[in-house]
Amino acid sequence: MKCRKCGGTAVLELRRHNAAFCATDFQEFFRNQVREAIRKHRMFTADETVLVAVSGGKDSLALWDVLIDEGYRTTGLYLDLGIFDYSVESRAKCEAFATARGVPLMIKRVEEEVGAPVPVIKQVTRRPPCSGCGLSKRYLMNRAALEAGIPVVATGHNLDDEAATLFGSVMHWQMDALPRQSPALASTHPKLVRRVKPLYRLSERETAAFAFLRRIDYIVEECPFAKGATSIAHKEVLNRMEDASPGAKHNFLFGFLDKARPAFERAEGVELHECTRCGQVTTGTLCAFCKLADQVKRSL
Amino acid sequence: MKVVLRNPRREVEVAGNRRVKDVLRDLDIIPETVLVIRGDDLITADQHVKDDDTIELRPVMSGGSASRSAGEASQ
Repeated sequence: MKCRKCGGTAVLELRRHNAAFCATDFQEFFRNQVREAIRKHRMFTADETVLVAVSGGKDSLALWDVLIDEGYRTTGLYLDLGIFDYSVESRAKCEAFATARGVPLMIKRVEEEVGAPVPVIKQVTRRPPCSGCGLSKRYLMNRAALEAGIPVVATGHNLDDEAATLFGSVMHWQMDALPRQSPALASTHPKLVRRVKPLYRLSERETAAFAFLRRIDYIVEECPFAKGATSIAHKEVLNRMEDASPGAKHNFLFGFLDKARPAFERAEGVELHECTRCGQVTTGTLCAFCKLADQVKRSL
Repeated sequence: MKVVLRNPRREVEVAGNRRVKDVLRDLDIIPETVLVIRGDDLITADQHVKDDDTIELRPVMSGGSASRSAGEASQ
């Protein structure tokens, strides 16, 4: 197979683009997709510091790598979930990357912030581990950015992540989630920072290939709690569809963003308050994070 | 030829001297879900692999926590 741009030996075929690229031209294609995402959704400007949420996986480290090379001022944020060896190893990957690239990395421990690590939260809440984990991550990312005076958090969510989330929302017709699924969420309250997903145009195979070609040392093993997660099941379904019909995932997500999403936007906004305990934003009086911390405290 | 699989890491022996896509089909692996690595290089599914080759089929799927774009700190 030949590279579409230079005719050299291709290293990766992108069936959905009916193309294949050599290592050099693929990396340029990848960077162009990130540039286009940032430009199209006005994710951030060259004057702003970007807080990059990193997990030690391929997506977030690839994102950080691109943003550094594009000249953005970045700070990494690693949330230590306390998931046994997985967290120890993923933290080490993030620290090694930050040291090698000479960029700052903030580390927050979920155990310190919530009162227990994710495996204990899972037992206490009797809910899927991804539930308490996701809630804690979203809360801590926002708070860390606010405390550091950083206006925007960038996460490594890719096209597959976004398509799987959309699939899940549609399967259950989650009318509140659909309008909020976007590559860029503006700040709607002084205590909510902007949240952006500069990799949403790239599939996870593309981010994996980029990380491999850039020789980024990322954690290949998956989170031990990810097995059986609904989002993984949705990704498997979508991959079967993609195999039968290249571009299916792309069309599903981009069709929604371009055509369907506006139809789900509600006229009236949700009223936002500040949590009576921690002061972070909530739709009620006590935020979900403080409720979770209470639940953990009671059970210990 | 030797094929290295991940999660958990293991090795299987399969027949070589054919295209990568034939190996993937034999192992019932969707090409979209893996990187095919030979040595320090990525290779495409139309490439031939020899009987004495070793390739790694590295899964690309990650996550667990649905991204819930929706999810605000407040939820």
